[in-house]
Amino acid sequence: MGLTVNNLVEWMNNFATKIEQNKQYLSDLDTAIGDGDHGFNMSRGMSAVSQKLSTMPDSITDAFKQIAMTLISTVGGASGPLYGTAFLEMAKKSSSTSDIGELLEAALTGIKKRGGAVPGDKTMVDVWTELVPEVKDHSLTAAKIDEAVAHTKELVAKKGRASYLGERSKGHIDPGSQSSGYLFKALLETEGIL
Amino acid sequence: MKKIINDPANVVPEMVEGMVRSYPQYLEKIKDTAAVVRADKDSMSGKVGIVSGGGSGHEPTHAGFVGKGMLSAAVCGQVFTSPTPDQIYEAIKAVDQGKGVFLVIKNYSGDVMNFDMAKDMADMDNIKVKSIVVDDDIAVENSTFTQGRRGVAGTIFMHKIVGALAQEGASLDEIDATAKKVLPNIKTIAVALSAATNPETGKPGFVLKDDEIEYGVGIHSEPGYRREKIRPAKDLVTELVGKLNDEMHLDGHKKYAVLVNGMGATPLMEQYIFSNDLLDKLNEFNVKPAFMKVGNYMTSLDMAGISLTVFELADEKWLEYLNKPVETIAW
Repeated sequence: MGLTVNNLVEWMNNFATKIEQNKQYLSDLDTAIGDGDHGFNMSRGMSAVSQKLSTMPDSITDAFKQIAMTLISTVGGASGPLYGTAFLEMAKKSSSTSDIGELLEAALTGIKKRGGAVPGDKTMVDVWTELVPEVKDHSLTAAKIDEAVAHTKELVAKKGRASYLGERSKGHIDPGSQSSGYLFKALLETEGIL
Repeated sequence: MKKIINDPANVVPEMVEGMVRSYPQYLEKIKDTAAVVRADKDSMSGKVGIVSGGGSGHEPTHAGFVGKGMLSAAVCGQVFTSPTPDQIYEAIKAVDQGKGVFLVIKNYSGDVMNFDMAKDMADMDNIKVKSIVVDDDIAVENSTFTQGRRGVAGTIFMHKIVGALAQEGASLDEIDATAKKVLPNIKTIAVALSAATNPETGKPGFVLKDDEIEYGVGIHSEPGYRREKIRPAKDLVTELVGKLNDEMHLDGHKKYAVLVNGMGATPLMEQYIFSNDLLDKLNEFNVKPAFMKVGNYMTSLDMAGISLTVFELADEKWLEYLNKPVETIAW
């Protein structure tokens, strides 16, 4: 079946639910190595996205654009522009393809460009770099998502506020990687996209 | 937590209203945003716009420096959280006079990304935008493998220089070129006695023992480089000046501007005591500041502590720009 407006909206609603259920956990992860607001910022953003998508968008492109603009204007901090850019790039790419692997690949390129992070910097880029090829190969599993998120625990942060801690950032899961994990889990659990 | 607030969720909009209503001669709110623009529109006519902003909690930064001769607009984010690109973009539009807009950004990943996105939006609308990312905090090692140095109190000097340039009619390219020259000459280092308590979370960013201080703390309670027992003001001066001297090699033949900045909960009495010792210490390097300010300019909510900024005036014009009159709440 592939990506449709309907299952895209369902994917986002699933993502919003996961963020809402885990917002305290995400903020706790952020307290350890950042400024402690990741869960609350993402929750504010994703509930606004759900609200926005309650009016069914006209097209996939339109939906991605609305998601992007909503996240950009409500989340703030570093996560707003990073997730916002990801969805904006998917909006652009969706005019030529609805293949979810290609869309996510465009999103990852956008995230890297916006934040300047590379794999190994202990950011969401680590999780996306691991999981986008799995989506393209139709081999994404929950275990692989968990593994990609858990892998960030052993890394030393080189970007964002956590980088000020240097070695002390080791031993903590990166909050942006954890929220990205929820995005991929929500994708996996939404029937018909993959 | 004991604070003079209403709903913690409304601290930023209520503060912005309070500033704008108390000082209508300087500020106006930009509709549907938490951004403020200069009330004196004539003073911006035909000039490059200067926009700054960032998380709230650093008052009087940034809105307190909006006015003739300094910032054209300031964007107030949530407490310690970067403002969003749509708000920054509204501020850019509000001050653009067809001559372009210059952004002063502090080096935090959130601020840099949100301002960059606003710049992209302005590009799409053919508004020329250039920017400088201030990274004056020497407590952090400068490395391409990290976010790099943070932007702190020295940002005020950048505001003043580019604001004065814009006021006298400099072009966007001229402002950009001067800002780039000024940047490496501004260095700041701080010492904290206690952390800030964010009204939204109600918790302090870190906890120091009653008799403990921390050197090198950032303006959002980022960790510093060393903790030790509190010592007399003279010793704090020795430590901070020593750090700055390692970076800038203070030289009696050069001119400097100095900013002694209170972090929010440190009385002016202590700031002046610190300043008195500071001037003695600088004298040992044969340095007499050509320009000096003491007070609360870049605060961190209710953090107790002081930051010391030294700005080497490598160009004669810069002292002139610092001394130009402005019409703002806080300069």
